[in-house]
Amino acid sequence: MSKLPLSARMILVLTLITVLSGGILAAWDSYTKPKVEFHRLEALKAAIAEVLPAHDKYETRGSSVGNLYLASRADSDDLIGVAFMAVGSGFQGELRIMVGLTPDLSKITGIKVLEQIETPGLGTKIVVDPSNKQDPYWFPVQFKGVHTSPDMVVIKNAKPTHKHEVQGITGATISSQAVTRILNETIVGVKTAMTKHGGLES
Amino acid sequence: MSATTSLKFEFVKGLWKENPVMASLLGLCPTLAVTNAAVNGLAMGLATTFVLLTSSLIISALRNFIPHQVRIAGYIVIIATFVTVADRFLAAFFPDISATLGPYIPLIVVNCVILGRQEAFSSRNGIGRSMLDSLGMGIGFIAVLVTLGSIREILGSGSIFGFSVMGDWFTPWMVMILPPGAFLTLGILIALANWYNDPSRSKDKGVVS
Repeated sequence: MSKLPLSARMILVLTLITVLSGGILAAWDSYTKPKVEFHRLEALKAAIAEVLPAHDKYETRGSSVGNLYLASRADSDDLIGVAFMAVGSGFQGELRIMVGLTPDLSKITGIKVLEQIETPGLGTKIVVDPSNKQDPYWFPVQFKGVHTSPDMVVIKNAKPTHKHEVQGITGATISSQAVTRILNETIVGVKTAMTKHGGLES
Repeated sequence: MSATTSLKFEFVKGLWKENPVMASLLGLCPTLAVTNAAVNGLAMGLATTFVLLTSSLIISALRNFIPHQVRIAGYIVIIATFVTVADRFLAAFFPDISATLGPYIPLIVVNCVILGRQEAFSSRNGIGRSMLDSLGMGIGFIAVLVTLGSIREILGSGSIFGFSVMGDWFTPWMVMILPPGAFLTLGILIALANWYNDPSRSKDKGVVS
């Protein structure tokens, strides 16, 4: 080993280390991958269950705005609702929101913000508002039943009066508006995708 | 070097005297970034200690085998391997913690506590001493992260390890779970440690004759 020239030793040692490292990682990955995938699917299932009314199964369908999850009962193919992931930029970074719509896509059945990096204490109220002890989830919950047409708008410092309006968060106007903007934009794509597939049952 | 210091010292030095954060000011990025809650500090501390211990084990075992000229490249590959193992482990078994810590687990690769210990210690000492050194440094790191995380969580969220400890009267100091809270708390902790360690303090009081 030490008789080899230095350059050969350097190459040999680094190659050995990287090959071993690659082997360890490949083995470890094949062990952990199904578990990671399982958690990812569980989280997806839980999020879909949270934004749609009770259902037994869902069918995944690809579209230009990402996967659509078409939920139905076990014994029938009647659509109970459509869920999808709406992705867009919030105040500081990407927002990923699971959205549920009624089968005719006219109303929202629920939303859940899965990923966000909004300002803690202000923009994070789009997920939970600890300062509102009675109703910490008032912001996401108010989307239930909101009409998707015309485009949803955020109302500041007043109660919403129309069915496409939601109340904004004081001090986090941009985060509030980001949610409705992302929803509006994605819903357009969902409507197109559902019409194209002829899946628009009313 | 190795003959002059006791095994006990190799372990104990990382806890306070050469604590990676409080004394050497190493690994400040994860220290500041993830300590908005005690449990995040603990998870980051444990993951870092795991990487520290395993890479020290390999590097001290291979220390006479890796040519000096390519040692850093070799160390980084070894460290990155164990960081990826830790990252996948958290993703597979603790998905919530993995989601909270996000990119900070992969970033352990560039935590200078780890490369620093390999370069300064494991590459020159046997396996036993290197493991003791890493264990001490790791525990010292965990202690600082959990302390910082606890202080910030109590003041910023009114809870510790997720358990509410402050009554309803308490209004959380939002700044404590934001980046400025990390800088403020760490600054105050280091100032206190330096004040405590200051040799002139005892002289002022006239204790040292």
